[in-house]
Amino acid sequence: MALSALSLQAIPDSLADAIAFISQHSESVLSPGKREGLLLAAEEAFINICSHTFPEGNGEVKITCLAKDDAFVVEISDNGPAFNPLLLPDPDVLSDIEQRHIGGLGVHFIRHFTDQAEYSRKNDRNILCLTLYGKKGEEDIPDT
Amino acid sequence: MEIQSKKIDGTPVVAVFGRIDALTASEYEAAIQDALDGEDSRLILDFGGLDYISSAGLRVILATAKSLKSKGGQVLLAGACGTVKEVFDISGFCSIFTLYDSVSAAIAAVD
Repeated sequence: MALSALSLQAIPDSLADAIAFISQHSESVLSPGKREGLLLAAEEAFINICSHTFPEGNGEVKITCLAKDDAFVVEISDNGPAFNPLLLPDPDVLSDIEQRHIGGLGVHFIRHFTDQAEYSRKNDRNILCLTLYGKKGEEDIPDT
Repeated sequence: MEIQSKKIDGTPVVAVFGRIDALTASEYEAAIQDALDGEDSRLILDFGGLDYISSAGLRVILATAKSLKSKGGQVLLAGACGTVKEVFDISGFCSIFTLYDSVSAAIAAVD
């Protein structure tokens, strides 16, 4: 079990550092496809915090990576007001182009590209916990 | 992210390579605006070299498509594969766009 943490200012310019940190720690645990999905989910979660919770850029985001057995867990927490992004409604994926709204896709990606996404509120912090399981769910790699 | 813009048979084609994320999406949007000269009603977006796109990039594609649609035009999406294609699929882009395998297939559909 390995645990690593990184604290960042909650501004979009911190995104590259956040993604590099998660990418580095998930490399040996997740397959490339799963990892790509996790990085997308993480971007959406991080940018959501920057733009909605801290539009003034005055917040702090802490990212914790935990590899345990075949699971990889990313915890993204912030010190903003209580907000559970997972309660946002599903996005509009059916309207025609004039009526189509883009909102909600970020959370949709968080749900789709993780095996488990959980929100909790502890010690005045929002905690979003994203879990992916090893290579489970990946297509079988043919023996060659 | 890298962008290459050109015209094929008079239709602007914007090819993007690498990653479109929350930080690069505005540059992508600006490149699309530059590629459209105001007369164009059709635009082909080539994703054959794209490895990654987040909702910030989808917002640019949708805004461009809405704008062209209001002028009687359309955006054609070409070459998406892998995770990019999966992102388009789960976003319901298939119900508002035709996804072409290649730029040449999109060009053929324009005529």
